[in-house]
Amino acid sequence: MAQDPKDKKPQEPNTGSEGIPAPEGAVNLIDTDYVIGQDNITASPLGINVDLHGKVFLFSAIVIMLFVVVTLALQDQMEPIFNAMFSFMTTKLGWFFLLGANVFMLLALVLIFTPLGKVRIGGADATPDFGYLGWFSMLFAAGMGIGLMFYGVSEPLGHFGTAMGGISMGEDGVRTDWAPLGAAAGDQAGAIDLSMAATIFHWGLHPWGAYAIVGLSLAIFAFNKGLPLTMRSIFYPILGERIWGWPGHVIDILAVFATLFGLTTSLGLGATQAAGGLNYLFGIPNTETTLVILILGITLVALGSILLGVDKGVQRLSQLNMVLALLLLLFVILVGPTLLIATGVVDNLLGYVKNLPALSMPFGREDANFSQGWTAFYWAWWIAWSPFVGMFIARVSRGRTVREFLISVLLVPTLASVVWMTAFGTTAIDQVINQGITGVQDAALELQLFTMLEHLPLSAITSFIGIVLVIVFFITSSDSGSLVIDSITAGGKVDAPKPQRIFWALIEGALAIALLLGGGLAALQTAALTTGLPFTLVLLVGCYGIVKGLMSEPRSK
Amino acid sequence: MFKKIMVPVDLAHLDVIEPSLKIVADQAKHYDAEVCYVGITATTPGSVARTPEEFTQKLEAFAQERAKVHGQPVSTHTIVSPDPIADLDDDLIEAIDEVGADLVVMPTHPPKHADVIMPSHGGKVATHTKASVFLVRPRADD
Repeated sequence: MAQDPKDKKPQEPNTGSEGIPAPEGAVNLIDTDYVIGQDNITASPLGINVDLHGKVFLFSAIVIMLFVVVTLALQDQMEPIFNAMFSFMTTKLGWFFLLGANVFMLLALVLIFTPLGKVRIGGADATPDFGYLGWFSMLFAAGMGIGLMFYGVSEPLGHFGTAMGGISMGEDGVRTDWAPLGAAAGDQAGAIDLSMAATIFHWGLHPWGAYAIVGLSLAIFAFNKGLPLTMRSIFYPILGERIWGWPGHVIDILAVFATLFGLTTSLGLGATQAAGGLNYLFGIPNTETTLVILILGITLVALGSILLGVDKGVQRLSQLNMVLALLLLLFVILVGPTLLIATGVVDNLLGYVKNLPALSMPFGREDANFSQGWTAFYWAWWIAWSPFVGMFIARVSRGRTVREFLISVLLVPTLASVVWMTAFGTTAIDQVINQGITGVQDAALELQLFTMLEHLPLSAITSFIGIVLVIVFFITSSDSGSLVIDSITAGGKVDAPKPQRIFWALIEGALAIALLLGGGLAALQTAALTTGLPFTLVLLVGCYGIVKGLMSEPRSK
Repeated sequence: MFKKIMVPVDLAHLDVIEPSLKIVADQAKHYDAEVCYVGITATTPGSVARTPEEFTQKLEAFAQERAKVHGQPVSTHTIVSPDPIADLDDDLIEAIDEVGADLVVMPTHPPKHADVIMPSHGGKVATHTKASVFLVRPRADD
């Protein structure tokens, strides 16, 4: 038998740089002599193979260890420092976050309608690696998941309360209230409009705009330009070959830092929420032991999912969560004030659009508490979270066109947020103003969702689904996070040995437990948020990189 | 007895598979069989190749090199996976049927405790295919 033509893929004669064949269909590869993994260290300590980028791995590991030891040992000294750092960031630099987020959102929105939207990730003839449902579930689970569970009830309710309360001035003429914009003192309908618009604003186009910019730039530079899948690659248009040296190392270390601390603190806080829910629902004592068992359990399931990989692990769990979340959403819509929710979706969407310019205005804000304490805080959080989410969605988005990518990462999740926030927020507000149930308002933040469900039928089942959702969202965050950190610390390799992924998942769990028991979780969360500042700069560079990168790509017909 | 031998190769670690490649050459000559070299690559740029197509080219070149050694007909098959480390076993099992191989020759490591959590690729492939599988373990004197 001679060569079997079926066994070979059709060879495209088009070449990128130096005779490297382009991926499926034409692309414009970057011409570089750098070989991915050339700075890596390979070894087999104790019979376990490792393949790591020496400098990035070593420095991130050292920085992380130092940080943890210092925050644990010098808790009382460190906390004021972190708090001062963070309040400086939000009060003095709040405008910078608001401005940056506007840039990301507008660029992502504009790109949909330009001819650049026709460029396909992975080459003009590339086909998607994942189906729509699996792809979209993964985008959503990585991007927000847990936050929707936590804030779906508490945020609309919180804004509603402050908006009703109206404006109050301090002695120095600075507003002391936390209401958005001009508040709506005593005006119930106005307060509902404003609170829903403000909530959707925080969960709508802006956060997804930041994710889209990171995800798209990483995807283009990896799949179309042939650079490794790490943050440093999007700096190529500016730094050129220097990204392989220290400037690149610093960017990658920063990305590891933000991802790991973002994940760890969320894991700790999420366990707190799940434990609160379990206590509320089943009377399981809310002790440190419960928390540790929860984190161990989450880490263990995450390990299993990591071993199964993206396709069979993360994708399946994300789909499971999608179905559960959809069921919960439908239940709340049907059992809650259906008519109010249905009309609310349209009203809130319009209210969002109407209030968008005022809410996103970076300068001359009078509602300092709201725009700095809420909006700037959220923006810093989304942006700090963006290397992780962006890198993960980049990895699963090969084969989509830029337009398809942006619609799915920007518009669809925003609409989903509108529906979700409307359903949960309206139901909670309806309970408070029309049914005179104040239990939800009085409950602790992490219990507000469960308190709201308690006043609907079948609350035992729905609350349980709520807890499961919280936990599974954490599992997907933990395993996709481990994949991302592993690939950054392996110099962009996604096929580094499996034990490395396990290592990172274990580190996440161990750190979360150490910080939860030793204290300092809140301080570290502040530290993770602080990485939002340098990353806003990284993303602004990414904006330049995307446009530059897309301009040089051939567009599919 | 065997008509087509499938040989999974890791182009990044050719030294590891060297001993099994010799066995493949002997077997192919003995049975006058075709050898199909199978490689798996990530969709993202990696150390071997920056695009899946470059990987295919390198695999093809490798196969031609081997053909010079054993003189039997060769073919190649490239598997492109978004997560090659996790999907390797299942993708290889699928590839056996796709290329229509009746013998698989691949290197593996001696059994160890970690196999409970992470089974060896060779062992997993052997338990999930109808084709014969020849697992080549490193010799003590290697």
